[in-house]
Amino acid sequence: MDFELTPEQKDIRDVARQFADGELGDKIAPYDERHEFPREIVRKVGELGFLGALVPAEYGGAGLDCVSYALVVEELNRGDASVGITMWAHNSLCASHIVMFGSPAQKVKYLPPLARGEVLGAWGLTEPGSGSDAAALRTRAELRDGVWMLNGSKAFITNASVGGTAVVMARTDAEKSSRGISAFVLEKGMPGFSAGRPYRKLGLHASDTAELIFEDARVPAENLLGQRGEGFGQAMRVLEGGRIAMAAMAVGIAQAALDQAVKYMNQRTAFGRTLAEFNGLQAIVADLATEIEVARLLTLRAAWLKDMGRPAMHAAAMAKLFASETAMKAATKAVQLHGGAGYITEFPVERIFRDAKITEIGEGTSEIQRWVIAREILQLT
Amino acid sequence: MNIVVCAKVVPLSSVTIQIDPATKRMVRKDVSQELDPQAAKAVEEALRLTEKQGGSVTVVVMGGDDATIGIRGALAMGATAAIHLSDPALAGSDALGTAKALAAAIRKEPFDLVICATESSDSYTGLVPGQLAQLLGVPPLTFATSLTVEGRTVTIKRQSEGGYDVVTSELPVLVTVTTGINEPRYPTLKGIMGAKKKEIRKYTAADLGLGPAEIGESGAREKVLTVGRPPARPAGTVIKDEGQGGKQIADFLANLKLI
Repeated sequence: MDFELTPEQKDIRDVARQFADGELGDKIAPYDERHEFPREIVRKVGELGFLGALVPAEYGGAGLDCVSYALVVEELNRGDASVGITMWAHNSLCASHIVMFGSPAQKVKYLPPLARGEVLGAWGLTEPGSGSDAAALRTRAELRDGVWMLNGSKAFITNASVGGTAVVMARTDAEKSSRGISAFVLEKGMPGFSAGRPYRKLGLHASDTAELIFEDARVPAENLLGQRGEGFGQAMRVLEGGRIAMAAMAVGIAQAALDQAVKYMNQRTAFGRTLAEFNGLQAIVADLATEIEVARLLTLRAAWLKDMGRPAMHAAAMAKLFASETAMKAATKAVQLHGGAGYITEFPVERIFRDAKITEIGEGTSEIQRWVIAREILQLT
Repeated sequence: MNIVVCAKVVPLSSVTIQIDPATKRMVRKDVSQELDPQAAKAVEEALRLTEKQGGSVTVVVMGGDDATIGIRGALAMGATAAIHLSDPALAGSDALGTAKALAAAIRKEPFDLVICATESSDSYTGLVPGQLAQLLGVPPLTFATSLTVEGRTVTIKRQSEGGYDVVTSELPVLVTVTTGINEPRYPTLKGIMGAKKKEIRKYTAADLGLGPAEIGESGAREKVLTVGRPPARPAGTVIKDEGQGGKQIADFLANLKLI
């Protein structure tokens, strides 16, 4: 067993850390307050190569291993979760789907602009009427005169309105449930394909989330990813990586909450002592630090399994479940440790608290993760 | 244009530096290190020049095995190659010994321009660049707040107390850059992944033709006699305003000849 990161993994983590410390955090707070997408900062994320993190070098990316990538996702989300989710949804969902299941021609066409960060990527599975029960999706794709016609919509899609490329799952066979679903790669500008107005959200105000809308959207036949009927299976494979990324995001948010709590506890005095000197409060910090470390180790192990080419769905579900609930707990406690100061926008924990909640919902709710874990433990098929 | 950048690898700025009382040297073992942020500015300046006009950037670092982290940092930023002067015989070298080792390594390279930080951010002697220029036989242009090269002519703005002087010279030349000259880039992911494929040449003292009379503890002409803490600041003067506060403050300042 080897817990040592390679020199490259450390270098990659350190540059993400430097970037998060220098360019995110308080610099994103005004965007969050205005519900504005921080285009300039996302452009810098692209320039440093983070938007090509998972794209192989031959298509212009960095071709990172999953462990390095998890470290980057953690650090960027520690800096700011809006920028963090923008980066990882682009990588883990959109770009990865094309990397794993695209044809050589599709890869050549779509991956280089995604890797350079010139185009942001979105990925659509969830619909207004189906979330956890993803196979119940109702967006239809029909082949007419050699063109796929898509009708329906996707809900809660990260990068939907700012993105230029989207991978979308749609039903190509009404009779077959999950085997009647296929995946397509779409471009902004295809007739009949558009994004809705960005949602007003609880948290992640500086990230873009909207509907994808298909009204007789015309998608060329060659934009089918893999074979007809394979879309749902592909999506489940993509979600394995997505869950590891969401777990890493949760670790980053949890660490940010703890960092803020520690800073405040060393500054704030009560009854003639700093908060850090109170035993009861020390215990809260000790528990959080321990749980964050557990979450980090579970996440890195899931990433490592994926790097080894071994099944990682079970480990990813555990990591995602534990890390997201740790993020929510750490954020809640960090606000509590700030008292009234934690409830106002002047202190970062208010934003961290709002941002943390999504980690228990996206990429499979905590309930779905427990179901995934239990089915394997109980050997249910 | 071939540019050589002299760089140092120093403890992370977040680390509290310890001095070994026996050797009176900074403890570097088991201390997290990085490319000196001052040296990163020298690397950045070199990269900006070669991006405009072509050429190579070779980084020269003297230090132990743990210096590789800083060397990789410079390569990840975009430096072409690196030279690592690594030999236990070099440990304990003073500024002049360091300059001799750097000069011996740089003489093996075709160079037009050598860029150094004004001083390192761990020991701050600021002695090496001047000595190095002398040993290389090139003029030193120091305290540059900007650096341009047109043809073979180098022009710097040399920081002075009241502003700056414009200084020019023909290549080859050695330039020291100040903290304010630029904001170094972050290495890109591709830069980091590419750094491991770049060449790091290692030289020992013997490769440089240097012996104990010139380098290491034995060759050092500087000796550190003692290392101590700065004297504690004396307690300040507290003036309590009982109607005469303003006058008392004025008297206090007048006494110090400040007003």
